Amino acid sequence: MSIKTEKPLLQLNNLSAYFHDKRILKDVNFSVENSKVVSIMGPSGCGKTTLIRCVNRMHEMSPGGTAAGSILLDGEDLNQLNTITVRRKIGMVFQRPNPFPTMTIYENVIAGYLLNGIKIPKKLSLEIVEDSLSKAALWDEVKDSLNKKGTYLSGGQQQRLCIARALAMNPEILLLDEPTSALDPKATSRIEELVVQLKKNVTILMVTHNIAQAARVSDDTAFMYLGELVEYGSTKEMFTVPKDKRTEEYLTGKFG
Amino acid sequence: MDTVYLKRILEDEKAIRQRILKNNLSGVIITFISSLVVVPLVLILAYLLINGISSINFDFITQLPKPVGEAGGGIVNAIAGSAIIVFLALVLSVPPAVFGGIYLSEYPDSKLSALVRFSNEILQGTPSIVIGIFAWVLVVVPMGHFSAFSGSVALGIMLIPIVLKATEETLKRIPPELREAAASMGVPYHRVILKVVVPTGLKGIVNGILLGATRISGETAPLLFTAFGSPFMNLHAGKPMSSLPLVIYNYATSPYDEWHKLAWGASLLLILAVFGINMLARIFVSKQGGGTQ
Repeated sequence: MSIKTEKPLLQLNNLSAYFHDKRILKDVNFSVENSKVVSIMGPSGCGKTTLIRCVNRMHEMSPGGTAAGSILLDGEDLNQLNTITVRRKIGMVFQRPNPFPTMTIYENVIAGYLLNGIKIPKKLSLEIVEDSLSKAALWDEVKDSLNKKGTYLSGGQQQRLCIARALAMNPEILLLDEPTSALDPKATSRIEELVVQLKKNVTILMVTHNIAQAARVSDDTAFMYLGELVEYGSTKEMFTVPKDKRTEEYLTGKFG
Repeated sequence: MDTVYLKRILEDEKAIRQRILKNNLSGVIITFISSLVVVPLVLILAYLLINGISSINFDFITQLPKPVGEAGGGIVNAIAGSAIIVFLALVLSVPPAVFGGIYLSEYPDSKLSALVRFSNEILQGTPSIVIGIFAWVLVVVPMGHFSAFSGSVALGIMLIPIVLKATEETLKRIPPELREAAASMGVPYHRVILKVVVPTGLKGIVNGILLGATRISGETAPLLFTAFGSPFMNLHAGKPMSSLPLVIYNYATSPYDEWHKLAWGASLLLILAVFGINMLARIFVSKQGGGTQ
């Protein structure tokens, strides 16, 4: 059911996830190629967010959160790595923009280095800040106010700042958990444009509630229902000729 | 549906006028009753000003007390003493209280947390005189004499519940999204606490410390048999030391009119200091803008 690829960047094998005894994900299998945008869509409570939180092993931080199965990044089992390494390779952006309120815009971008106590030369940190903010399409708007607090920006700008913060760690994969659900339509379309541009640099897994958004930005789409991966494949194909009846019903608005 | 009837009862002018009247009346009552809260403070301040302002002058805050019968003199020893005793109490109790508050907000459901929370509530309700006796047994008896240090121990114990509660409440309000953001960048847990959670809640913690300081700076009972008081200038924490509440207590209960006046002056000074620290806390909080959303 999944697309066979020569060398997937990310591979999920029989991934199951639990909260205490409750099974949230049921044997999910799929692989993601390099430099793609993959949307994960499905109705509320289907396990979309849990799925991406398994990928950077944030799920196990939640009370009662456990996972089974394996996730391979470049062929390497993420369960064999420590969580710190995993999360430095796999960045994440959350539903609500969450810049650090005590930090300036500049400090927010390099927060991954500051908070981890990694010392970098001033020249390099300047480069990282400009490069990350440019990639996040925010540089022109904030280059004169880098010393203002991150919370001084608008919601949409804050979310791009959070994207820049994740990009500054030079991740291989970027996880976006409904990144536009707290934003207005204008800010949403800016983030969507950005996601399309970003795939040059980083592979993106994006959870979305919004069917149209999945259609607009993603190369491949995963449709999830009640913890199962119902269908996975090229977005174009899935939206024109869905293979599963449930996918078709979801896409035509019969539920969800 | 009888729309005519509905229209009549919904647009009944008299009923609407009555509603407006009732609304205004309840507004007046609530305003009046809430303003009663201000009355005691205003009365205390006015009374202190009337009785105390005449004793406050340059000598009052720079000179030592004079013997009975001699005019003039000041309470500089008590001012310095209060500052030293309160400062020492802060040094002793802020670290355990802040760390305790962090622990309670991070592990709200652990057994130790239940114990800490319970003890903290009991400690908060413990009469200050009892804490004074405890400090006397703990410090004064082994040392063999009264000391400022023992007073600071007593006040420090009183301060712990205030600062601990303030820290816990502040940190609990910090959005979990911030911890997640830091954790998602591979920041280890202890650094998330030290570099994200505590700095974000810093203004609330400092505010709690300042308010706690004002609370203990007026305490008399715990100092009666610890710091004890001294008519001399003493900056040595190991020896008996005067403080503003002690001066007020001793002078106010003396038979001399001169000393009564000094007690009024000291009371005014103490309330001004409390007022000043409160202002400082407010300025600090507003300057630190941003903070938690």
